[in-house]
Amino acid sequence: MATSVKSRKAKVNVVGLAKADYKGRPSTMCAGCGHNSISSQIINAAYDLSLSPHEIVKLSGIGCSSKTPAYFLGRSHGFNSLHGRLPSLATGALVANRSLKAIGVSGDGDTASIGMGQFVHLLRRNVPMVYIIENNGVYGLTKGQFSATADFKQTLKYAGLNPFMPVDLCMEALTANCGFIARSFAGDPKQVTELIKAALSFDGTAVLDIISPCVTFNNRDESTKSYGWGREHEDPLHDVTYVPKYEEIQVDYEAGETTEVRLHDGSAIVLKKLDEEYDPTDRSAAIQLLEQARENQVLATGLIYFNPDQPSLQDSEQMIERPLSGLAADELRPSQESLLEVLEGFK
Amino acid sequence: MTEGPTRTKQVVNDFSMVVATVNGSGSQTSNLALIRALFRMGIPVSGKNLFPSNIQGLPTWYTIRASSDGHTARRDSVEILVAMNAATFAEDHAGLSSGGACFYADYLPKPQTRDGIIYYPMPIKDLVKEVNPPRDLKEYVANMGYVGIVSEMLGIDHEAVRGALLTHFRGREKPVELNMGMITLAAEWARNHLEKQDPYRVQADDQTAGKILIEGNTAGALGAIYGGVSFASWYPITPASSFADAVREYLPQLRKDNGKNTYAVIQAEDELSAIGMAIGAGWAGARAMTSTSGPGISLMAEFAGLAFFAEIPIVVWDVQRMGPSTGLPTRTSQGDVMFVRYLGHGDTKNVILIPGSVAECFEFGWRAFDLAERLQTPVFVLSDLDLGMNLWMSDPFDYPEEPMDRGKVLTAEQLEEIGEFARYRDVDGDGIGYRTLPGNEHPLAPWFARGTGHNEQAVYSERPDDWERNMERLMRKAETARELVPAPIHHGSGKARVGLIYYGSTESAVQEALERLPDRPEIDALRLRAVPFGAEVKQFIDDHEVVYVLEMNTDGQMHKLLQLEVPQQAMRLRSLTHNNGLSLTARWIAESMADQAGG
Repeated sequence: MATSVKSRKAKVNVVGLAKADYKGRPSTMCAGCGHNSISSQIINAAYDLSLSPHEIVKLSGIGCSSKTPAYFLGRSHGFNSLHGRLPSLATGALVANRSLKAIGVSGDGDTASIGMGQFVHLLRRNVPMVYIIENNGVYGLTKGQFSATADFKQTLKYAGLNPFMPVDLCMEALTANCGFIARSFAGDPKQVTELIKAALSFDGTAVLDIISPCVTFNNRDESTKSYGWGREHEDPLHDVTYVPKYEEIQVDYEAGETTEVRLHDGSAIVLKKLDEEYDPTDRSAAIQLLEQARENQVLATGLIYFNPDQPSLQDSEQMIERPLSGLAADELRPSQESLLEVLEGFK
Repeated sequence: MTEGPTRTKQVVNDFSMVVATVNGSGSQTSNLALIRALFRMGIPVSGKNLFPSNIQGLPTWYTIRASSDGHTARRDSVEILVAMNAATFAEDHAGLSSGGACFYADYLPKPQTRDGIIYYPMPIKDLVKEVNPPRDLKEYVANMGYVGIVSEMLGIDHEAVRGALLTHFRGREKPVELNMGMITLAAEWARNHLEKQDPYRVQADDQTAGKILIEGNTAGALGAIYGGVSFASWYPITPASSFADAVREYLPQLRKDNGKNTYAVIQAEDELSAIGMAIGAGWAGARAMTSTSGPGISLMAEFAGLAFFAEIPIVVWDVQRMGPSTGLPTRTSQGDVMFVRYLGHGDTKNVILIPGSVAECFEFGWRAFDLAERLQTPVFVLSDLDLGMNLWMSDPFDYPEEPMDRGKVLTAEQLEEIGEFARYRDVDGDGIGYRTLPGNEHPLAPWFARGTGHNEQAVYSERPDDWERNMERLMRKAETARELVPAPIHHGSGKARVGLIYYGSTESAVQEALERLPDRPEIDALRLRAVPFGAEVKQFIDDHEVVYVLEMNTDGQMHKLLQLEVPQQAMRLRSLTHNNGLSLTARWIAESMADQAGG
């Protein structure tokens, strides 16, 4: 009896939680959807980092991707908001309680079309949160219309021919001065997990544009949002490893082969050089990289741009560390004497 | 000296003065100096700024009403004109009441004079030359010329003018002295060169002792601050911008903790974002609000529906202006009533508070948060441009007498004790569930807020019974709201056959009109202060054979709302509307009521 209890007891992390404690409700995505893979990596990242679920909030807009926060971190508060409006909601929530870690999940329709304005302003204000775009180039819930990231001259069964150039969300993030920009591929779960972990330690908006194939409407091999194309064309900039602050960085690599990027909480990202040299702190290089990836039709993945030196919104607003929700009544309502004093000015 | 006006009786502390200037010429300081000086002399005053939607160059009029009876509404007649704008001089002059006084800058082309009008030319340019102010202040100083001359001719106390300027410049002596230099010179010139011939003059009184002079937007902002506002988001829009300005002006001195802010005021990229931020903050447990006007409300419709359905407390302060569409940004109206009541698609019904004075702007400023958190819903406060941007006299505001009501929020300890939690369960039978805030460490605490259909556990549900049960609960909540919102205010014996229902900034004009109307037929009046309507509103309609519903919109929106909510008595309700951008006058109300009664 005792042994059977022991054998059923799940492995737990530093805060005493099992992997199952980070799961959500059963997914309603199509089998094989890239979004499910990303949800799993969010669960893995939160578990590995031993995050307390109550310190996390999940936010989303509308669309397939935006439904997924119900399918991970079931013990965290969440808000499935309006189409393209998760940035404003997140801004208010995180100003009201800056101790929360926020994971936003959006899609290419939610971000690159209806939500482009709010997206850019979220980055401009540098609201600390992880902003994941599950990018599949298509509107799934409404049955297969092109999104703004769809390939130029692509043909889809329902939508016909797309005559427009795609929006590159990493490029948009760059011009909006985002300090953490990564691109990844749902078919590369290890890289996705490491990038999510790093993003969670970044004190600013961290954008993860993750190609996440829609198996139902946009997974033909010629589509740049398909599994086949991703596997064929992925060209990682580096091998990404996240190192928590309580772990020593193990130098397994030859000197000169790795770059280390320090995050705000003392943790680090170790980037192992692959084919060519790439410096993610060089903004011009990032722009060039995105241009070349487009010209050469490759899926360049990894940490594209990194700049930790911009103040977060809460710092710009010179806010207290405590959540505003925790202010007592006498901290919220100024004194009676102060009112009399203020009113003197109107006599 | 031999003609009429000099022999007419003196009129003391009772006139309407219009100062006609060019927008952007810096006349506002001068106008405020005049109105504040009168106020400091103890004379009841009100000020109305009729300005164009323009930065510089178009005509603008500032009206100061002095009223020994304490009336503060707009008045149809103009007894004193201060003409500083060539473009409107002829028209302004034509609108002057017979027996009135016309002060005019002497360089303006003078229209054909009218009999019975007293003319006072003002050598503004010569006076400016003599004072020789720095070039960038020339226009401001020039406008002080009319302050000096008008003060001298009406008998406005110079010390009162100086005090007014000190208030305006927040105690800084240098600008006060520069302006007083011009005022003294101009007054002296008037004393030596003009002969008093009109009947209007002022005399110190004691009717403003202890009172304040304030705009509704500032009053509302202060109310919000004393209501504990911690998050305010906004997007610039006339006539609501000065609300956010006041929030930003007063919060820094009132809400610091070791030098850090215990609040944030964020200028959003648009109104969609402004309300979205407020909802995010409200969800996270802050007292959150946004301030806007009609066009902003249009953009906020989507998020308003979400806040209503996900049941997130926020306050939306709407300073109404003329619509539809861009309408008239600088003119007043009560045209958002119907739209705001049902703002959001589907079955949305919003709670509305309607202040009728600057004191109520302050009161509803704090009370709106208590109601929003108690009811877990957006609370809209409908002010308007007239109330929000003009100066009104008031008794000093009362400090909130009630402790804050933070509504039904469960802490981790309470959850531990209760042992269960369902966000949308109607535990108390009032339609209001319990909520938990993000950051609550109890494993039972999390719930997933959403605009999609949901069951008691806040889990997505397409089940017909879940949907119906949820909407029934929201209807119960609406009934609870009916009992919690501010009750209407009664005037009259309650025994009259005729009733008058009105609301908002028409209060001052209605009060003046009720005094003017003959005693028979007697009229009872009821000022609405909130939607939904409580039992007293239905009772009032039941108790009167005919009930006029007076408002400043074309469709008679409150009239229609009342007909919907009290359908049994719909035929008793008669709509009385006026909607041309100007606030109501007592004369119009009295005449309209008399016409109706006669007809």
